[in-house]
Order: sequence, then structure tokens, then C-alpha cells
Amino acid sequence: MKKTERNGTGRKRRLYSTALYGKYRVVVTMNLMGLFKSPQNELESGGRKISEVENTGIHTTCPKCNAVILENDLWDNLKVCPSCSHHFRLSPRQRIGFLVDADSFQEMDNDLTSRDILDFPGYDAKLRNARLASREKEGVICGNCCIKGETCALFVMDPSFMMGSMGTVVGEKITRLFEYATEHGFPVVGYTVSGGARMQEGILSLMQMAKTSAAVKQHSDQGNLYITVLTDPTTGGVTASFAMEGDIILSEPGATIGFAGARVIEQTIRKKLPEGFQKAEFLLEHGFIDKIVSRKRHRRVIGKLLSIHKREVS
Amino acid sequence: MATAYEKLQIARGKGRPTSAMYIENVFEDFIELHGDRCFADDAAIMGGIARLDGMPVTVIGIEKGSDTKDKVRRNFGSPNPEGYRKALRLMKQAEKFSRPVVCFIDTAGAFCGLGAEERGQGQAIAENLMEMMTLQVPVVSILVGEGGSGGALALAVADRVWILENAVYSVISPEGCASILWKDAKKVKEAAECLKITAEDMKRLGIVEKVFEEDKDFTQVYENMKAELTQTIGELRAIGMEERLRQRYERYRKF
Repeated sequence: MKKTERNGTGRKRRLYSTALYGKYRVVVTMNLMGLFKSPQNELESGGRKISEVENTGIHTTCPKCNAVILENDLWDNLKVCPSCSHHFRLSPRQRIGFLVDADSFQEMDNDLTSRDILDFPGYDAKLRNARLASREKEGVICGNCCIKGETCALFVMDPSFMMGSMGTVVGEKITRLFEYATEHGFPVVGYTVSGGARMQEGILSLMQMAKTSAAVKQHSDQGNLYITVLTDPTTGGVTASFAMEGDIILSEPGATIGFAGARVIEQTIRKKLPEGFQKAEFLLEHGFIDKIVSRKRHRRVIGKLLSIHKREVS
Repeated sequence: MATAYEKLQIARGKGRPTSAMYIENVFEDFIELHGDRCFADDAAIMGGIARLDGMPVTVIGIEKGSDTKDKVRRNFGSPNPEGYRKALRLMKQAEKFSRPVVCFIDTAGAFCGLGAEERGQGQAIAENLMEMMTLQVPVVSILVGEGGSGGALALAVADRVWILENAVYSVISPEGCASILWKDAKKVKEAAECLKITAEDMKRLGIVEKVFEEDKDFTQVYENMKAELTQTIGELRAIGMEERLRQRYERYRKF
């Protein structure tokens, strides 16, 4: 089926086919304008792209170093820029695919969906769009799996579902996962990416911070291991709850991690913030995360941590 | 009936009693204790030991300050991480000496600053949420003015949460919500309405157990509060620790 969509420059593009690379569906697009007239210089083509990801489906421009990377190469490199190591954001299913032992992931509670409890204007439409954009029902995927042969419960948040914001369903799924892990004595591995609490659910989203923390504490008090991996961005109510409650807190390089947004802080203190503020490296320096681990080493490092913490049956 | 926005204005209003006033009027023999033993003493949170109708209790309150000088010193009631860590230290002390904990909340939110981030604002709040969930003594938290987001919740994980008639509790300030969602800070009134922030909403949504009626003169409020606290803490003590913690877990599990 032919579809059109707008790309970053505002031009219309026609999606003319989809292809399968491995188990991932990649949308191949063609810029029809380009058939008739190729740009003479950078200015004519809309100027040099600095921060915007130009993704044609065949190649991708790295938003950090502007390197043009073939999509296949990017996938082979776990969506990490081969030239500057910029870590691209991942959908939860992509991440799970990279992380867990083949065919070991069993999803849980995928039937939970949010509804507009407070009758908040525009929330229904936002939810619909988020479901379309992410092809998921909610902003976190939970389940159990094996990583390097070690069984664990796993949650991975979704940056394309309202920027992983935490509403009642996200809180409920994570809470249920911790309760399940407590019951079975499983460790929990959690990947966070979130803009914070979901304001469209008002005070009920704030309560998710307490609810999830309660479940984490119960899990922890039984002597179970919880590893969090903070990815870009982890902020607000998620930072101030389960993201920072891990026994071991890992992070991807360059991830933005903080409580308040940088813009809000700048407005409050009326000063420019220093370079690298709220980046993973900044948090490591200030003692709030244990280790920065590049994506390629996640499987190995997490597998090793799980194996070290394996509980002997006595 | 006041609108959500009007209530927000009352909650932030000049001359409204702050946490210090409740501490002074509801308890006897208050002795303030300072510092988080790690970094500093945050004047935005005051805490110490007092007696409630003769019974020793630990009291903690987020304090906005009285006059301008005091407000500046107290950072207008926006705590830094060391404030939350001081609160947790006092709660752990209360646990050791089997004293119930009473918290008063009145804050626009945890402070958004460079130092706050450097010292782990998120981590400090997260730790309070976790630790308060299993604090072995009874905990009662009362929202007396503004209850701003995670910075308020960090002292509101309790066996009972109460609110004053004109106090508010919100996941984000209506100003913040309006500017993020509608890119228009002037839509505060709509945002306040949509976010459901009033005491009435809190009761309806099951966020609080009790709403205190207000009077022009707060003497009656203090008296009611003292009577309610004495009775409730007695009941909470009678339940026993394990059952109390189970109920506390269920209290938050239902949301």
C-alpha cells in the first residue's frame, strides 16, 4: 500500500516498499524530488543537518558526528554509530532482540492498556498516536528471559510511546513484574527511558512512583538483585523512583539522566549549564551510577552480574 | 465553591500557616534537629522531636518561611537532596526509638538547580520512597499547602495521608503543565482544572483518607488535627507492625 509521510524537512515522501532485514522490518523510502533535481549544494538542500536524524531507510545520518551510516552497518553495530559511538535510541523489542538469549523472552501483561481516567483533554488522541508510533499498547514491555543462560525478569521502556512517560499502566506492569520476580526469587533487569510521570493522568501517575518503589523494596528485602540500565533520556519521576533504586545502576554512554529538565534548571537559576551536565559521565563522576557500559557489552556485563549473584539453593 | 485555580491561589497565599505553625501549635516541646550528616543542613525541611499529647513523636515539615529573609533562607520551601536525606535520617532515628512520624508538606516541588542535580535529587527522593514504605513505625503525612510532585511525595509515603480543604496535590505545577502541553503558560486555570489537584479530587481518587475543614482562624484546625493524630496514631500502633506495613503496601498498590 502506498503511503506518504512528511520527513524532517517538510517534504513529502512516498514509502514504496518495505523489506525485511533479519527479523526487523525496515521501511525503504525514496525521495521522488531527487529523481528530477539533485541539490547543487548544502544550502539548496536545506542546509547542513546538525541534530536531526535524516533517515532514508538505506542510510542514516548520525545526529552527533553527521557521519552517513548504511542502515545495515548500523544494525550490525547494535544501532551505535561506528565512527563516534553515539548510541541511537532503540525500541524495546529491538533491545530485547539484542540482549536476551534467542527465543528466551516470554512477554507478560501485554494486554494492559491505558484509558483516559481523568478526562484529560487530548489524552485519548495522544494515546492513539503513541500506539501508532510505537506499535505497542503501552510504554513498557515486561517479561522473563535468559541472558547468557541466566534467568531474569526484564522490563524495557519505550521512547516512542509518549517518551516512556509513566502512567498507571506502566507503573502497574513494572509493579507486577517485581511481584512476579519476588515470588520466584528472580533478579530483575530494567532498562529505563522516560520523560517522567505522565501528567495526563495527574496525581495517579505520581502514585506510580510510590507503587513501583514499594514493589522494588519488597523484592530487595528478599535478597533479590535488581540491575537498572539507564538509557537516553531517563528523567523526572522515573529517575526519582525505580531508575535510581537498583542494587547496580548501569548506563549507556552519553545518556541524559536527571530529575529536573535542563531547561527548567536554566530558567530557575538563570545561568547556562556546564557542558556535559546530566550526562551519564557527569553522574558517574558524582557517584550516582556504578558503571557506563557501551551497548555492545551489555549482554556480557549483565550476564556476568547475574551469574555472580546467582543464589545457591540451600 | 472555589475553582481549582482559586484553591491553588489560596494554597500559595500569603499569611497561610506554614509547616512551622502546625509544629508549634499541634505539638509540645519541639526540639529541632539539623543536618543530613553528609553534606549540609537544608532549611527548606525542618525536623525534630516533639510530644503529641505527651507521646514522643518525630515531626518533619517542608517549610516555606515566614518573612522574605526567612523565605530566602528556606529556599521558598523547595528542598535540596540534603533536605530529603535529613528527613530520612530523622525517620530512621524515629524507627530506632519507636517514635511515630508526622510529616507536613508544603512545597512547590523539589528544587531544580545545578547543585541539586549534582547531589542526586532523583536518588534522594527515590530512596525516601523506598525506605518510607517499610519504616517500622506509624507514619502520617499531611498536605497543608502546596503538594508539588515528587518533592512532596518524598515525604508522603505513609499509613495515612491527609489534606487541608484548600491545599493542593499535583504531579506537575499547573504552570509547568500548561507550558509543556499547550506551550502557553497563561492556560494555568485550564491546567489546574484538568490535573485534578484539589482536596476534593484527592478524596474522590482515594489519594487521601481525610480532608480537614478550614476556618479563618486556624486554632480549630490545630485542635482537630491534634485530636485526629492522637487517635489515629493510637489505632495504627494497635494494628501491629507487620499488618501495618502490609496495609501500607496495599495503600499504594491499589493505584
